[in-house]
Amino acid sequence: MSKAESTETTGDGVIQSVSGPVVSARDLDARMNDVVYVGDEGLMGEVIEIEGNITTVQVYEETSGVGPGEPVENTGEPLSVDLGPGMLDAIYDGVQRPLDVLEGKMGSPYLDRGVDAPGIDLEKEWEFEPTVEVGDEVGRGDVVGIVEETVTIDHKVMVPPDALEEDETAEVVAIEPGSFDVTEAVAELSNGTEVSMHQEWPVREPRPSANKKTPRTPLVSGQRILDGLFPIAKGGTAAIPGPFGSGKTVTQHQLAKYADADIIVYVGCGERGNEMTEVIEDFPELEDPANGNPLMARTSLIANTSNMPVAARESCIYTGITIAEYYRDMGYDVALMADSTSRWAEAMREISSRLEEMPGEEGYPAYLAARLAQFYERAGYFENVNGTEGSVSAIGAVSPPGGDFSEPVTQNTLRIVKTFWALDADLAERRHFPSINWNESYSLYKNQLDPWFQENVSEDWPEKRQWAVDVLDEETELQEIVQLVGKDALPDDQQLTLEVARYLREAYLQQNAFHPVDTYCPPEKTYLMLTTIETFNDEAFDALEAGVPVEEIIDVESVPRINRIGVQEDYEEYVEELKADITEELRSLY
Amino acid sequence: MKEYQTITEISGPLVYAEVDEAIGYDEIVEIETAQGETLRGQVLESSEGVVAIQVFEGTSGIDQNASVRFLGETMKMPVTEDLLGRVLDGSGRPIDDGPEIVPEERQDIVGAAINPYSREYPEEFIETGVSAIDGMNTLVRGQKLPIFSSSGQPHSELAMQIARQASVPEEEEGGDEEEGSEFAVIFGAMGITAEEANEFMEDFERTGALERSVVFMNLADDPAVERTVTPRMVLTTAEYLAFEKDYHVLVILTDMTNYCEALREIGAAREEVPGRRGYPGYMYTDLAQLYERAGRIEGREGSVTQIPILTMPGDDDTHPIPDLTGYITEGQIYVDPDLNSQGLEPPVNVLPSLSRLMDDGIGEGLTRADHGGVSDQMYAAYAEGEDLRDLVNIVGREALSERDNKYLDFADAFETEFVDQGFDTNRDLEETLEIGWDLLSMLPKEELNRVDEEYIEEYYREDDSEREVVEAAD
Repeated sequence: MSKAESTETTGDGVIQSVSGPVVSARDLDARMNDVVYVGDEGLMGEVIEIEGNITTVQVYEETSGVGPGEPVENTGEPLSVDLGPGMLDAIYDGVQRPLDVLEGKMGSPYLDRGVDAPGIDLEKEWEFEPTVEVGDEVGRGDVVGIVEETVTIDHKVMVPPDALEEDETAEVVAIEPGSFDVTEAVAELSNGTEVSMHQEWPVREPRPSANKKTPRTPLVSGQRILDGLFPIAKGGTAAIPGPFGSGKTVTQHQLAKYADADIIVYVGCGERGNEMTEVIEDFPELEDPANGNPLMARTSLIANTSNMPVAARESCIYTGITIAEYYRDMGYDVALMADSTSRWAEAMREISSRLEEMPGEEGYPAYLAARLAQFYERAGYFENVNGTEGSVSAIGAVSPPGGDFSEPVTQNTLRIVKTFWALDADLAERRHFPSINWNESYSLYKNQLDPWFQENVSEDWPEKRQWAVDVLDEETELQEIVQLVGKDALPDDQQLTLEVARYLREAYLQQNAFHPVDTYCPPEKTYLMLTTIETFNDEAFDALEAGVPVEEIIDVESVPRINRIGVQEDYEEYVEELKADITEELRSLY
Repeated sequence: MKEYQTITEISGPLVYAEVDEAIGYDEIVEIETAQGETLRGQVLESSEGVVAIQVFEGTSGIDQNASVRFLGETMKMPVTEDLLGRVLDGSGRPIDDGPEIVPEERQDIVGAAINPYSREYPEEFIETGVSAIDGMNTLVRGQKLPIFSSSGQPHSELAMQIARQASVPEEEEGGDEEEGSEFAVIFGAMGITAEEANEFMEDFERTGALERSVVFMNLADDPAVERTVTPRMVLTTAEYLAFEKDYHVLVILTDMTNYCEALREIGAAREEVPGRRGYPGYMYTDLAQLYERAGRIEGREGSVTQIPILTMPGDDDTHPIPDLTGYITEGQIYVDPDLNSQGLEPPVNVLPSLSRLMDDGIGEGLTRADHGGVSDQMYAAYAEGEDLRDLVNIVGREALSERDNKYLDFADAFETEFVDQGFDTNRDLEETLEIGWDLLSMLPKEELNRVDEEYIEEYYREDDSEREVVEAAD
């Protein structure tokens, strides 16, 4: 320890070495995960290792030109996010710097270094409406008032969870409606706490909750194969692994657009810049299917593209889930999409190897599984500390190298998540989209969600689904035989099963994300489509039994219209007519 | 500027030197050998007292008496519009005996990331004149679309064809729009053989393309480490021409495999913990920093479109180089050895090929309303035909139904009529789609479930005569 330095009380240090995003500093007085400012330009970083008087920092910005001898300044605070109104309809980088503000501040379309900006606008004034009165008792997390954040979402202003002890309450001594910026106190409590619209929360620490409950409501996505065969619950977890080009991102986008969550947090973690631009351009124009408002009004975007600094990629997942938890605390259902968790894991690997840590499987750090589990455990259906119920659903895309699901990120993810949507390159090649493989995918929420579908769609929802699964299973077996002997060698009834399965695949499982109508399929339509195919199945087998040759059944004119149900706006009428036509035509054959 | 004669270790492409001042990470270094030769390098790691330097030209000739100068800045590329028509080496120095280049600006070659908020989503169609690309895997301005090939395949011919043909409609279009953005090609060669380089150069000269091109040549016998800077030089020039001089720039980088080999070489010399197959763990990030420099920026006229070429070792697309590339780029075009041996020109296998930006760049008002449907339908039909070929090998064609036979005919005709156009044929999109409808009309109307009915009405050829022409041609 250098004497000259140790007399200083600021806790500042001096850079000793620089290697890419990893910087070591001497004599820095810091705790693990403290945020520090590195070098003359003040690049933001986080302490990730302390050894003797050497502190290792991962830097969230490009380190070209930074050299030994430059100062490192400690903030003494862990990496935190700013929470408050203004997070919706916003786009952030991995450490919650708003990209639109950065563009203005830097005056250039490129991301410059050393520029910082708060996660929420500290000057903007919001119209505050109290929901409690002077004299009311409030506990931690309780809502004291409302701010209209966007046309869709009322932002609830809450007592910070760390302002009071678990069962402690305090009296509201002052509260007033009016126009405030986020730093001003909107309410005062008897213990002296001033409640403002702004909270800070360390990203690596889950926000407290009262209780985690079993999720029993589906996150309806408007995607037939997901709602129909492999549903995810509100508060559930799902993984979408697949090789490149198999449609991970389109699936994530579809969920972000059409899932019936109140809030969407979309984390673009180490992916393509143009994809994020697509979201930024599309979402303000797209309508929320629930209320017709712009989709952006319920969306918060975090974009740390693949060429942005790798350390910020590591933190963007945490930034995202902390924002999600904050809205959950207000009693909202939040869905978080992370695209892609593999890039996140690779960022961990990159940092880990720069630290020269002993690698685990395929070079990933040994704590990979633990970190993945911690992330997905922050999802769930919660009873919040203020007594409301809210949920965070986490849907992570996984990009396995070479599409090989046996690699560590996929395997460790599958040990945690309860829904698995396996994307398949083979299906993608034949433009079967969404290319989710129905044989490999699963959902462990199926049974607990059935009551909801039975109540809200149809009593026989589970049976219909089982029927579809059975037909598809049978098709898979039959296809093996067909590969050997050809379709015509099969008995008539099996040929007919193949034909039914073909409609299941082409009409029901495929869905055109780029067609204005087909892109969103409500559960009722999903159900009706399935029953239409079943009608064909039942009538066709009746006809076969009555001695009609299979070729004639397959050639029935009305049946291919099944393929067009997806694109019908007035599907109820269309389906009814189609069912009648199929029945009539097939019955006329015998 | 201080000079040091403090080299302590020389290992592969790396030199370690002791210093007594602060040296910035990524700073440029000049090393003067005892013979008076000046070599350039870059700081890879900077600690107190010692720095690791990667020498672009290789370390041969350096001894412990060589002097080391730190230039106090990161690597810069001198850029100017006058670069058009010039041939440079892999470090950006002219090698064509032309006049000295007077730079307008010197720009950092590392290049900052484009703020995703400032990007503009690419959706302007580029007509390459290649049916397999225009029709099935449409390229748009600002896209990065690599060619996945393997050794011995005509990927260079395909790249040249694109570079040659893509320009024509661009310029015509530029004429009647008032923006009048011009088209430029920047060609970055990394470790290609002199023979390949000559082919490119001859083609550039023959077609007169050189005057609107900038060529960077790092040949197979040039220093491997230099390859790590060549693409950055290329892209810095591209960004300058696109975003400051309003050019539509097409960047061709060949061969990315050599670039990755150079990365691995440096990683190994530094004794880093290797990732898959010995490539460094940060290769994804490194490649992303190149590929992500394609795109469009809001409020700027120009665009950077990238076509990197990579040869997949063993034609295996799960190899880390194509794998990581595929995860970053917006699709890929596969050059297929089987189709090549059948004599198809270009031998593009459309089934695994993909253009992710296609859906937003085609359709009504952009290309033609039926484009998406035609493409999807041909994909599905060709995939089905391909499957049936396996079956034919086992049971023979007679055992198949009439429907299956039609699909087989379709697959054959698709290859011979649609894909195999020759490297010198330039087909406009209209022609490509017409051929598409000729082929789709071989199938019964009811089978066309991916095309909207109105387009089937409009384009489907009821008349059998045209179909027979196609069949007779196989």
